[in-house]
Amino acid sequence: MILWFTYVEVAVAAAAGILCIVAGLAGRPPGDVTVGSLALLELLLLAQIVIAIIAPFVGNPPTGSLLEFWVYLVSAALLPIAGVAWALLERSRWSTVIMGVAALAVAVMVWRMHAIWTIQVA
Amino acid sequence: MSSPARPRMTGIGRVLVIVYAIMALAATGRSFVQIVQRFDEAPLAYTLSAVSALVYILATLALIFSGSRGWYRVAWIAILFELVGVLVIGTLSFVMPELFAHPTVWSWFGSGYLFVPLVLPFFGLWWLITHRPAESPTATDAASAVVAP
Repeated sequence: MILWFTYVEVAVAAAAGILCIVAGLAGRPPGDVTVGSLALLELLLLAQIVIAIIAPFVGNPPTGSLLEFWVYLVSAALLPIAGVAWALLERSRWSTVIMGVAALAVAVMVWRMHAIWTIQVA
Repeated sequence: MSSPARPRMTGIGRVLVIVYAIMALAATGRSFVQIVQRFDEAPLAYTLSAVSALVYILATLALIFSGSRGWYRVAWIAILFELVGVLVIGTLSFVMPELFAHPTVWSWFGSGYLFVPLVLPFFGLWWLITHRPAESPTATDAASAVVAP
């Protein structure tokens, strides 16, 4: 993984998470901005998948378990899609909160993925 | 919550379900990796890891269908199991580190998951208590369902 890209991903995921939870608690149903923030996060995760495929071949190999890394990455990439899909089934304020929770989970998972890739302790 | 009690999950209950679904996903993924790669290091802890993952999946499903009485009971059992699990394994990971000091959902009271596994069962039980199944055969249950906020 690439450190600065990890920072971007975690920052976007955390910002999207806080934005959606605040907007949801303020009573907003999912809108262009909140859904858009998750779409942006999903784009970053898709880019991360491409990076993770290429990186080992260009001198950036993972130090930890590649299997564990991919379980995290695939799960993380599915979360924004699942969150938005489920949220749009019922357009209420809580749907916005759900998208925020999904985004925060992605933030934690991306950070954990970076730890697996670079500093494996387990 | 002024919406009439319906068997479908709505409102804040959906948030609870999605958090349970994420925990189920995380626990399943992790226990899968642990069992495939280093089961012999801590068979007991990693078996419990897989059990906890299954219970999270069960709890997620039970919460979704908790409008029916059968699933409502399953939800109670699954969430109580989690609460006991996180308390017992959390304690044992300090008392008997050689057996349980391995990264599982419940070790160190779920600190690897931002203590979500410790907090979640309480929210789950609160939700179940305030959302009894609406259609119930007995009059007392129906009355309490109306009274519940």
